Amino acid sequence: MSESSNPNEPAARAAATARRSDRSPWNWLLLIPVVLPLLTFVYNRETPRLLGFPFFFWFQLLFTLLAAAVTALVFLLTKPRS
Amino acid sequence: MQVHATELTITIVVFALVSALGFVATRWRRAEPLHTLDQWALAGRGFRSWISWFVVGGDLYTAYTYVAVPALLFGSGAIGFYALPYVAIEYPLVFLLMIRLWSVCKTHGYVTPADFVRGRFGSPTLALAVAITGIVATMPYIALNLLGIQAVFTTIGVSGHWPLVIAFAVLAAFTYRSGVRAPALISFVKDILVYVVIGVAIIYIPMRLGGWTHIFDSYNAHFEAAPPHTATLLTSANQYQYITLALGSAFAIFLYPHSVTGVLTTKNRAVVKRTLAGLPIYSFVLGLIALFGVMAIAAGTKPLTGANGKPDTNTVVPNMFENIFPHWFTGLAFGMIVIGALVPAAFMSIAAANLFTRNIYKEYLRRGASAREETEVSKIASLVVKAGALLFILLIDPQFSIDLQLLGGAIILQTLPSVFIGLYTAWLHRGALIAGWVAGIATSIWTFYLTPNTALKQPHWGGTAFALSHLGMHTEVQLYIGFIGVVVNLVVAFAGTALLKLLKVRGGTDQTAPPDYFTDVADKEERPLEPELAA
Repeated sequence: MSESSNPNEPAARAAATARRSDRSPWNWLLLIPVVLPLLTFVYNRETPRLLGFPFFFWFQLLFTLLAAAVTALVFLLTKPRS
Repeated sequence: MQVHATELTITIVVFALVSALGFVATRWRRAEPLHTLDQWALAGRGFRSWISWFVVGGDLYTAYTYVAVPALLFGSGAIGFYALPYVAIEYPLVFLLMIRLWSVCKTHGYVTPADFVRGRFGSPTLALAVAITGIVATMPYIALNLLGIQAVFTTIGVSGHWPLVIAFAVLAAFTYRSGVRAPALISFVKDILVYVVIGVAIIYIPMRLGGWTHIFDSYNAHFEAAPPHTATLLTSANQYQYITLALGSAFAIFLYPHSVTGVLTTKNRAVVKRTLAGLPIYSFVLGLIALFGVMAIAAGTKPLTGANGKPDTNTVVPNMFENIFPHWFTGLAFGMIVIGALVPAAFMSIAAANLFTRNIYKEYLRRGASAREETEVSKIASLVVKAGALLFILLIDPQFSIDLQLLGGAIILQTLPSVFIGLYTAWLHRGALIAGWVAGIATSIWTFYLTPNTALKQPHWGGTAFALSHLGMHTEVQLYIGFIGVVVNLVVAFAGTALLKLLKVRGGTDQTAPPDYFTDVADKEERPLEPELAA
């Protein structure tokens, strides 16, 4: 494949690239929505029920919302200040 | 069997509407002709936040998922819900990986994951391995989406394969013409239809069936007779299978070439991040869709007989819809499933075609191929891929496609060391990565072979849950075959690298530099769509 080097590329790129790192302690927050759904002993139970849903089902449905919330939070907290 | 005319008509109208969109899409957000892969296959790498959320969501959540996940809960109980932790963890899991992948692909003009591997490890052979894995894993995935369409037409009462042939011919035509813009534009219709249909069904069906408490009680009662004697809990035998399936699948999904294609259509890193943060909303909806399998038990729905003469649990959800809803609404739901098959199938065929063009054709057949020739080859390859998937369904027992897709998830996972670890370090040796890939795939196939198929009462090729007792261990624990494969793969790759470095065997040259992994493009640009790629 060709390493297509574009003549007008470097200047625009350098300007647009604010920081050369993704490092941030906030990234560790991402572990929460990844690890929690893997701990079956936390949610492998029948009760308490919610609106008729066994715990196993309603609690796991919340993991999707947790994933959205934490991922959005990390995005906001690690946003480069412009 | 009687044909349901209203449902058929509405399904056809929805299909005709999105097909028209597919053809019109060739002009959508276009600043230049579709003569480069960046334009045809990646829509100029220019999609912004809202659009990309629809596009990547439309790309990842397939019709097969919509019918197969509830079918799994219908047939197997709680273990089938593994899809939920899978789709919940996938986005935070790949959040940091995908922005690096986006940047390095933008910097070097990479179109496929194999392009990246070639540049990172300086090995066309390793890239070929990644490309072939991608094509082999994607083909049965496309075929399964056809099964989703088939389940709808079986339920409507239309037998035979001609609806599939027509649907795929039209799909092939507009994908050829408009490239990735076609499924991208259709995703809007698909996703809005999904949200409307599911939103109504998730409220209405439980009301009709007597509430959630009754639904889950019936569900549990149904599974009480046979082991594991419960449908709402995992057992000590299957909970490791549950975790390893969820984790393995979450890593695998973003190794599939069509997911990478979806990510690369976005404009910049912030768009990638916002999209990944928003996608769990789709996961929540998938969780609700999974519950249709639970409702179907309470509703007393029976699976219809499929094309191969056996009961097809994939018809459970369409059949329940038909029994409960008025015909026009069922027609809308069926239309949703059909589009839900077409959008990902288009993405997948484009992604598989790009792998062929970039990593096989251009690498081994015609080194000097121009950008325009690449695009022409990809367009034709996308037709071949779709025709191949169709033949899969027409000529071979659909069970083979199902098995192959299960295996496909496990084998695509074997590209993890090259692609995901490769995003962070070039330390691994190309030779060791190839050895690890071979070992991982061999392990996956071997464990898949050893597992008996209890549903079809066959001694082999029984699925993705490998019982450790096969290895002589005194335990009832089962693990996902892809997970076992990737562990073997990683051990071989790391040990092999250490050995090769000790023996001073020359590794490949890394063509990427550390800053390449942070390249970004400003949100607001005066230029309409990446004119620098016009050449």
